[in-house]
Amino acid sequence: MSQEYTLSSTATADTSASAPLLQIRNLEVGFKTQRGFVPAVRGVDLTLHAGKTLAIVGESGSGKSTTAQAIINLLPGAGQVTGGQILFEGKDLTKLSSSAMQNVRGREIGYVPQDPMSNLNPVWNIGFQVEEAIKANGVAQGRAARTRTIEVLKEAGLRDAEDRLKQYPHQFSGGMRQRVLIGIGLSSRPKLLIADEPTSALDVTVQRTILDHLETLTRDFGTSVLFITHDLGLAVERAEQLVVMYKGRVVEAGPSAEILANPMHPYTQKLVAAAPSLASRRIQSARRPETTDHLDISSVGAADDRLIARADARESGTHQDLIRVSNVSKVYNIRKGGFKTDQLKAVDDVSFAIPKGTTMALVGESGSGKSTVAKLVLQLESVTSGSITFDDRDVAGLRGKELLNFRRRVQPVFQDPYGSLDPMYSVGNTIAEPLVAHGVGDRPSRQARVRELLDQVALPASTVNRYPNELSGGQRQRIAIARALALKPDVIVLDEAVSALDVLVQGQILNLITDLQAELGLTYLFITHDLAVVRLVADSVCVMQKGRIVESASTDDVFDNPRQAYTQKLLEAIPGAHFQFGR
Amino acid sequence: MLWYIGRRLLQLIPVFFGATFLIYFMVFSLPGDPIAALFGDRPPAPGVIEAIREQYNLDEPFIVQYFLYIGGILTGDFGTTYSGRPVWDLLVQAFPITFRLAMLALAFEAIAGILVGLIAGLRKGRLFDASALVVSLLLISVPTFVLGFVLQYFLAVEFSLFRTTAGPGAPIQDLVLPALVLASVSFAYIVRLTRASVADNIGADFVRTATAKGLPRRRVVTVHVLRNSLIPVVTFLGVDVGNLMVGAIVTEGIFNINGVGGTVYQAVIRGEGPTVVSFVAVMVIVYMLANLLVDLLYALLDPRIRYAK
Repeated sequence: MSQEYTLSSTATADTSASAPLLQIRNLEVGFKTQRGFVPAVRGVDLTLHAGKTLAIVGESGSGKSTTAQAIINLLPGAGQVTGGQILFEGKDLTKLSSSAMQNVRGREIGYVPQDPMSNLNPVWNIGFQVEEAIKANGVAQGRAARTRTIEVLKEAGLRDAEDRLKQYPHQFSGGMRQRVLIGIGLSSRPKLLIADEPTSALDVTVQRTILDHLETLTRDFGTSVLFITHDLGLAVERAEQLVVMYKGRVVEAGPSAEILANPMHPYTQKLVAAAPSLASRRIQSARRPETTDHLDISSVGAADDRLIARADARESGTHQDLIRVSNVSKVYNIRKGGFKTDQLKAVDDVSFAIPKGTTMALVGESGSGKSTVAKLVLQLESVTSGSITFDDRDVAGLRGKELLNFRRRVQPVFQDPYGSLDPMYSVGNTIAEPLVAHGVGDRPSRQARVRELLDQVALPASTVNRYPNELSGGQRQRIAIARALALKPDVIVLDEAVSALDVLVQGQILNLITDLQAELGLTYLFITHDLAVVRLVADSVCVMQKGRIVESASTDDVFDNPRQAYTQKLLEAIPGAHFQFGR
Repeated sequence: MLWYIGRRLLQLIPVFFGATFLIYFMVFSLPGDPIAALFGDRPPAPGVIEAIREQYNLDEPFIVQYFLYIGGILTGDFGTTYSGRPVWDLLVQAFPITFRLAMLALAFEAIAGILVGLIAGLRKGRLFDASALVVSLLLISVPTFVLGFVLQYFLAVEFSLFRTTAGPGAPIQDLVLPALVLASVSFAYIVRLTRASVADNIGADFVRTATAKGLPRRRVVTVHVLRNSLIPVVTFLGVDVGNLMVGAIVTEGIFNINGVGGTVYQAVIRGEGPTVVSFVAVMVIVYMLANLLVDLLYALLDPRIRYAK
């Protein structure tokens, strides 16, 4: 930090080492709703010392974000602190007037929000948004504020800060925006930084770079950090102290390595058990048949035929690949104003095959082209060159009825369980819709099928009449899976299907899809950026980078013996990758 | 940017031709003979009718008439009414008055509407918000002529705050009351639009981040809430410029203002093709320019539109 920007607050920062910087005592926060008062935080205690890092861990709805927001009174309109104290350097923040709180915000306590996409104002340029924080907190004024803005952005890792000041948020990538937000949070050298899921919207590799950078900055500045996260690996790696929250209460607190190695509370134990890490193995379905050669011996002829077919397959080296993607490329034309166009090669000479009844994972960072591959396989977009065959038929030329039949056998499940269900459609209608669209059965038989599907995805039959907004993220994703299963497909393309879910829910969904695979013989194309999840479900893995497949092997090979530097980098980036969780 | 404006201006050409052609066709196919109507009950000498028909090209086929007329407009000749008055004179007389009235109304509805809407949005669910909603609903439901007569009676006749009707040439002070009446419905819509938009934006993540940066509330509201909330309002205002210019017939009638509305109405009644088409052509151009202005304002308010071409 440059010497000319000495802050008034740093003079008094030298308090005795034993006094905690932040102490929350018996905090109660609730929300006024139409159904009355709903408590969200119920008697939370936590202590954070100067220069230390503490993480609050818990699933969504556990009250961890509410606790963080209560500290600098950022609670949404209906929320209010109803009891307890938040002592920051000895003064109770809950008793501050709004103008006194305004002086604490930014100046003494910085805040880095969760979603870099929605947390910068789209209509103001980046320089303006950083400079405004610097001016409001009295760090610098006039021309000095501009210089300081560039400095802050450079610190946050924006190398070409001068040139990018006049650019707008939509011209920045997610990682770059998060750097800007971190810059804003640290611009006034606060004593405490609240980082509310600062990287959960980013790729693992970007996440690692940003967290490393944040760690360096806060160590250099002596800033204490309060992490809010649902990622246990991240918590153990970045924080010395851990507070586990469940339903508004603290269920366990202490040194993070200790808690995760030896969780005491049943909830923490569940969380730890569900956390995917490199040490995990593929989930084996409880319903999976003991032997894979489960032959039907009642009709001898049929068995013989199958044995012969299998022998043929072994000999020719193809294990009955249900989907074969050969040298596929996809080029998009991008308009550049006027009549100029640029070409973007989203998928570049990609080949892979998925044997029937197995799961292939396609892994890569955002922008690697993996979702485009999903769209190509689903025939939502057409290939520029190369071919995709399904059941030995080229899918590119499918039209009309044939295409409809193809769609019936290849179904998608998408990432966002909030966006992929029609809010005006009841669950029953949502699941029955593919049946109606393909004219399968009549009304009573469809209803029976819907009940059967709900049972398969382990939801109560009463869910039929409910609407998506009444359901949790995990329940919604189960419904999306039920909808995909409705037509009894052979293949399901899961595009980041568990990425938006909490660890516990994620674990349940992964178990569910593994069970369904064993039961129905499904083939999965599993697209994700999260390598730790891959290990749990996939038989083989393709790693994509910049539109190309850089490594392709069985799951165990990729994890135990990654050949490409890029794959190694991805594996390294998984938070808590080398931490042995207690099980 | 210039390229964009140029392209938009080029779009004016087909729309201009399309609109004038349609209007010309409609006026042409109106029943009744305008020449006969000109003479009332007294039958004119046979030669006179022939002469007039020839002067106005009424014997030519429709399409030829249309192109002769357009050719005139493009060379600055807007034609004459059947009573011999140049249409250009009517345009120059009526448009400035209506334009002043519309701009006054626009200023009123924009300033007051956005202000009331902003406060209502910030205090959603409280007394001010509830009152604003009731009043705006009232203004939307009450027909303009009722409000016009009521205000005219109380403010002008009883309390003499304004002149009852506009004087000759409609000076600006005589247009204040008509402008209030003209703006009332749009004002109500703007209040509602702004309120909804502000209430929406106040919960946005970037507003919370702005607060977390340590900005004073006043700055958060003006810099981060208001600018984002104005985008839908600006769209409405742009469309409304056209409506205010054209839709002032009732208000102009109540306050005896000699503007566009009255003139067009009279011309339609008399079947005066050239007058109607000339006025409509100007209105179409005003409409399109207003929309172009809105799109440019849009780009000014929202950089994502500016760069996403």
